[in-house]
Amino acid sequence: MAATDTELDRAPAPEPVRPAASRSGPDVGKALKSAVLGGLVAAGLFVPVMGLRTVQTNFGLTLRDDWPSVAWAVGIVFVGRFLLSLLVWQRPDRRGLAELMPAQAKPLLARAATLLGPALVVLALTMPWFPNTGRVQLDLGILILTYVMLGWGLNIVVGLAGLLDLGYVAFYAVGAYTYALSAHYLGFTFWLALPLSGALAAMWGLMLGFPVLRLRGDYLAIVTLAFGEIVRIVLLNWYWFTGGPNGIGGIPRPSFFGLPFKRGEGGFADFFGLHYSPDQRLIFLYYLILALAFLTNFVTLRLRRLPIGRAWEALREDEIACRSLGINTTNTKLTAFALGAMFGGFAGSFFATRQGFISPESFSFIESALILAIVVLGGMGSQLGVAIAATVLIGGFEYFREFAEYRMLVFGAAMVLIMIWRPRGLISSRTPSVFLKQRKLISGEHVGEGHG
Amino acid sequence: MAVRDLLLKVENLTMRFGGLLAVDRFSLEARRGDITAVIGPNGAGKTTVFNCITGFYKPTEGRIALAHGGENAFDALQSLTDSGSQHFRTDGEALFLLERMAGHDISRRARVARTFQNIRLFGGMTLLENLLVAQHNPLMLASGYTFLGLFGLPGFRYAEAEAVERARFWLERINLIDRADDPAASLPYGAQRRLEIARAMCTEPVLLCLDEPAAGLNARESSSLNDLLLFIRETQGTSLLLIEHDMSVVMEISDHIVVLDYGKKISDGDPAFVRNDPRVIAAYLGVEDRDVAAVTEEIEA
Repeated sequence: MAATDTELDRAPAPEPVRPAASRSGPDVGKALKSAVLGGLVAAGLFVPVMGLRTVQTNFGLTLRDDWPSVAWAVGIVFVGRFLLSLLVWQRPDRRGLAELMPAQAKPLLARAATLLGPALVVLALTMPWFPNTGRVQLDLGILILTYVMLGWGLNIVVGLAGLLDLGYVAFYAVGAYTYALSAHYLGFTFWLALPLSGALAAMWGLMLGFPVLRLRGDYLAIVTLAFGEIVRIVLLNWYWFTGGPNGIGGIPRPSFFGLPFKRGEGGFADFFGLHYSPDQRLIFLYYLILALAFLTNFVTLRLRRLPIGRAWEALREDEIACRSLGINTTNTKLTAFALGAMFGGFAGSFFATRQGFISPESFSFIESALILAIVVLGGMGSQLGVAIAATVLIGGFEYFREFAEYRMLVFGAAMVLIMIWRPRGLISSRTPSVFLKQRKLISGEHVGEGHG
Repeated sequence: MAVRDLLLKVENLTMRFGGLLAVDRFSLEARRGDITAVIGPNGAGKTTVFNCITGFYKPTEGRIALAHGGENAFDALQSLTDSGSQHFRTDGEALFLLERMAGHDISRRARVARTFQNIRLFGGMTLLENLLVAQHNPLMLASGYTFLGLFGLPGFRYAEAEAVERARFWLERINLIDRADDPAASLPYGAQRRLEIARAMCTEPVLLCLDEPAAGLNARESSSLNDLLLFIRETQGTSLLLIEHDMSVVMEISDHIVVLDYGKKISDGDPAFVRNDPRVIAAYLGVEDRDVAAVTEEIEA
């Protein structure tokens, strides 16, 4: 069966019959038409974005036009599209991007892909010791790893169980506020508050889970979105307890098994006979979030091979069939919500201890959207894909800070492009949880996306 | 042949959707070890009856009782109905009132499995995974509700190996062992039907309900389906209840046929009886206007 398939692949494709016009030479009229169309779309986009700017002057905000830039931008699109249409798109032997790759490179690339995961792990473990790693890089690493962990946590709910959750940031907030408030009122340390944060977030996961059990698709998305906002607004208005918009400051930093990162006697550096450096705490925080992220990954991978993980995926594929096989879909959904929320809570309490200050502003809907974007771009259910997407998105965000307002434009464009090229995310294939003879990857086209 | 024990007793089942009366005071008795077929024209309410038995619908009225074990299990029927609980167990025997149970409990406790008219497989999961999901409840127990399994304790590994062995048995039986590691969605139609039956059998049911298992199969596939169903009855101790349009399947393997039309039972008996029942012929073929009086007379008589 497999042998015939590859032979078919190798057989030369029959030459498609083409209209005579394309053989006799490029069709200038057609190219011109497509260029005009492209130019019009470009004009529609660039006139409001580049042509009309609001500028702060002495008389307040004034509108300033900038037609030369618009003309340049539209001109580039027009000429570029005309040339592309004439020289590339109308060529009879035109091939897709994927076919340009030499045939022998494909297995090599597949091999490289299997090594990508371990390589990333090694990179993550050794990152703080690179010669050019400074505070900035460490900070960025910590930020990226926080989102990797959040992405992996949400992946349980969205990727495995197929339940669209737009309010995931609520659990992140619950975790962060659990630590901040328990430290503020009860004097809890980070290590004491960490399990509590996870437990409370999981409990809130159940609280969200119960009312939305019967909902699917758009309805589920709206209710989870509302849940995220409710949590944020409660935190904002519960002034005497949470400090409202002022947030909570002075959240204690984590200690290394009771050794605080401070200068002088009794500190971490003093105990180990090192020179004190503020980077030590940063490196510790880096390894802390790395360990938390690995824990999330390990538990998720483990659960996928257990009956509960398979039940989640079965739920994503077909809920009615699950019920007919005696699976309690209520409990299965609730465990997915609770576990996903628990990891969000862990990440939240880490966030609180890293920042030292939290306010409801950090837990707005855009955070939920960002985490969901990481999961969707990475490929729903794929751990490696989520890690890559988090690195690219968060890293890209930070590195392109100087682009200011164009950053969101680039971000949107990148997302559109990825969805065109890889509609099921960067890594769309699914790895089976168990196999009889051979572990074969399952192409994304067969895998269900869940009902909501 | 001695009369077999009663397995399933449906009494006065009525299902109403708003103003539509889909099933009207339908009664059915299925015996242990029998293949019972429910037939009838399109829209007669066959699938609704199935959905009531397997817990997908809550019937408007009626009682659905299923027994495990000996011949006296039904003795407790009245006291169970009055007690308001879902099931009644004595050693070796159990009686369930399905209309009171949740959908997943009907499969798990009462051991009723089903397939669907439009096949419902887990398309993105491999054949093997499909069969393992069907063994969710015993595996869940073996994994200590996930907590013990998380640490990879040997007890769970043995249980999983056993589950894989059962899956292998069924994959070999339905001739799909070579495709065990392929996604279920990539199978051809006939193979998907067989896999769905194998998946239902992995729950080790007492009663297997098949909703049009032969739909869309060619003659050869349909005859191998007959073999599979007879094999299930002979070796697994599972009774079958099937909805079917394909008369070659129904007449060949059924022990007992019930005919539904417009939500009402119009005939009930062995294949030979049903085949010659004028009411069935009238329901399936229709009657010429001028023959109505004659047929009505015949039915009355």
